[in-house]
Amino acid sequence: MAKTIGQEFVKGLWEEIPPFRLVLGLCPTLAVTKSVENGIGMGLATTFVLVCANILVSILSGIIPSKIRIACFIIIIATFVTVVELVMQAYTYQLFMELGIFIPLIVVNCIVLGRSEAFASKNGVIPSLADGLGIGIGFTLSLTAISAVRESLGSGTLLGYSIFGPSFEPFSFMVEAPGAFICLGLLLCIMNIIGRK
Amino acid sequence: MREMVKMVIVLTVLSSLSGGLLTALKNTTEERIDNQVLKFVKGPAIETIMEGAQNDPVADRFSLTVDGMERNFFVGVFDGNPQAVAFEAKASGFGGDMGVMVGFNVNTDKIIGVSVTTHNETPGIGATVETNTDFKNQFAGLPADTDPKVKKDGGGINAMSGATVTSRGVCTAVRKATDLYQQIKSQIKDQVKTFTG
Repeated sequence: MAKTIGQEFVKGLWEEIPPFRLVLGLCPTLAVTKSVENGIGMGLATTFVLVCANILVSILSGIIPSKIRIACFIIIIATFVTVVELVMQAYTYQLFMELGIFIPLIVVNCIVLGRSEAFASKNGVIPSLADGLGIGIGFTLSLTAISAVRESLGSGTLLGYSIFGPSFEPFSFMVEAPGAFICLGLLLCIMNIIGRK
Repeated sequence: MREMVKMVIVLTVLSSLSGGLLTALKNTTEERIDNQVLKFVKGPAIETIMEGAQNDPVADRFSLTVDGMERNFFVGVFDGNPQAVAFEAKASGFGGDMGVMVGFNVNTDKIIGVSVTTHNETPGIGATVETNTDFKNQFAGLPADTDPKVKKDGGGINAMSGATVTSRGVCTAVRKATDLYQQIKSQIKDQVKTFTG
């Protein structure tokens, strides 16, 4: 029954990839994926928090009384989110300004709390690390995919470089909020078609 | 009872560890964050004013406390001599406070340039103050004890078309800057001298 470390890692990349399979954390997904840079930045920030929180929660799960476990998890998560926030401010200020409120909001990202509660508190350190890394990279890949579609169609660029040439008229609907929903839906649809085979 | 005590202890210890870690991180990143904020928020305005400076005016700065408020002064080195200083003054525009960076030549006591750092003006009307160099160039060369006014108020400044309130705001900010300059001129000059190319 017990999965190997490798399986714990790989499941986050397809089987339970957020936000497509594990439909959690939709708010930052929809809000920040206007450009690939933002998508990757947000994904990496979340990955860092996920991995660190998972490790610490699995270490401390023995001494955290179950009645206050959620409060403890939130303290742990909030600590790492603040670490990310300060580091981003100090080293990647422009990206921090772009992502704005969504960095502090990683604290309430359901994926992070969900993994702490559902996985890390019941498993050892190494599986928790693999799980956090897998889910985090999966989340980063998803955000990159969504933002690649949105940025290329909505602004005609990819990572800031023009890809369709000057004659391309940007389909600016894609960088608006409704475009995010439609893009997410279409990608989910494609994933389901592939997954069914 | 025992459980109660344990809960309190766990939460307290966890919170204090988190607090301690974050305080340490905050202290180590504080200076860098300040630099980043200055570079990205005020930097562009300072660079416009100090175009052609031989140093990095954002890095070469000093602060003075005037009337209980700490202010940053940015020093520009030209022709091997530190002779320009820029600082920010605030005044209300059409949409709240505007920050205006005003540069002075400390040798000739003349304004060398003004540039807007932060504003909340109407896009397309007042917000054009960002790019309207014709308007801003009118301030360059004015004496450092000037009280600029738009023509409508009996002064010599041509207001930006359709944006009298914004133009007035810039004039007010410049006047505040000249007032401050007059008030602490000797202190500024002493400090500026300590920077060398």
